[in-house]
Amino acid sequence: MAKKSARDRMSPEINAGSMADIAFLLLIFFLVTTTIVEDKGITVKLPPWSEEEPDITRLKTRNVFSVLVNAQDQLLVRGQVMDVNRLREEAKLFIANPYNREDMAEKPTKAIISLKNDRGTSYKAYLQVYNELKAAYNELWDEMSLRKYGVPYSEEMPFAYKKTIRDEIPFVLSEAEPTSFGEE
Amino acid sequence: MSKFTKKRGKASPTVSTASLPDIVFMLLFFFMVVTVLRDAELKVKVSTPYATELTKLEEKSLVNYLYIGRPVEKYRELYGTKPRLQLGDKFANIVDIPLFLEKHKIKVPESRHGQITSSLRVDGEVTMGIVQDVKTQLRKSGQLKVNYSAKKDPKKSK
Repeated sequence: MAKKSARDRMSPEINAGSMADIAFLLLIFFLVTTTIVEDKGITVKLPPWSEEEPDITRLKTRNVFSVLVNAQDQLLVRGQVMDVNRLREEAKLFIANPYNREDMAEKPTKAIISLKNDRGTSYKAYLQVYNELKAAYNELWDEMSLRKYGVPYSEEMPFAYKKTIRDEIPFVLSEAEPTSFGEE
Repeated sequence: MSKFTKKRGKASPTVSTASLPDIVFMLLFFFMVVTVLRDAELKVKVSTPYATELTKLEEKSLVNYLYIGRPVEKYRELYGTKPRLQLGDKFANIVDIPLFLEKHKIKVPESRHGQITSSLRVDGEVTMGIVQDVKTQLRKSGQLKVNYSAKKDPKKSK
């Protein structure tokens, strides 16, 4: 009899008072281990591999915007030394050719940017140059989109709009096999 | 006068903490969802350069990471200071790339194989030589979608 009453006295529910503590413990663990990584970068589509090099000598020189980066991270654009800060403007001028100059691209669809670097070029300089060239195209797309549709160019635009713009100003960047003068 | 004091005396001074676990659980779930447990310990120093024309990598499961940089202090004795490639959690050579890509590919449903992106996390100070070799190997392996990982430039905000 006495035994039974002892059993009765036990409450059937679990004390939930320490639940908060446990949850806090877990919370702090996840707080500490969390790294909200931002995965951002310049997306590039590489050309498929082929044994022979594409021959750019067939193209008219006026349509080729050659950019060379040497092992000292210096820039040679169409035979002239240039600062990287000016590259974007020059590239835009070349592609759009607003004054119909004889020595610049006939039209944006024919413009080709040829990028060549050395094996000793620093990655930082290479990416900066690539970024500027991409920015030139992005700005041109933006301008055209604003003119045509009244909205800046973005990936969320209707597909037809994007296609029209990209057909008229295609992003053509050809990368030549690098030279190897400055390999460390 | 006594009116006011009476009312005040009646109110209980404690705030109910009964809903505290709920709040904490809510926070807990939030952090559990956003947490990505670092799967790879970085054995090379990678500090990506700045850029402005960035695109976001949307789906983590469709991305494989290739790290290029100089070995960190701990591994210098063994691996030297020349820039090295790291695949997964170990040092690797250029020839290991196809197998690495293939291993990642089998985890992705076949219909989405075309959407796989290789994220190149390269240190800014590294020379292009090794990057070029990696790029060439990626092209040979048919992995053409590449993302050069970069940080948003805090000075030049677009």
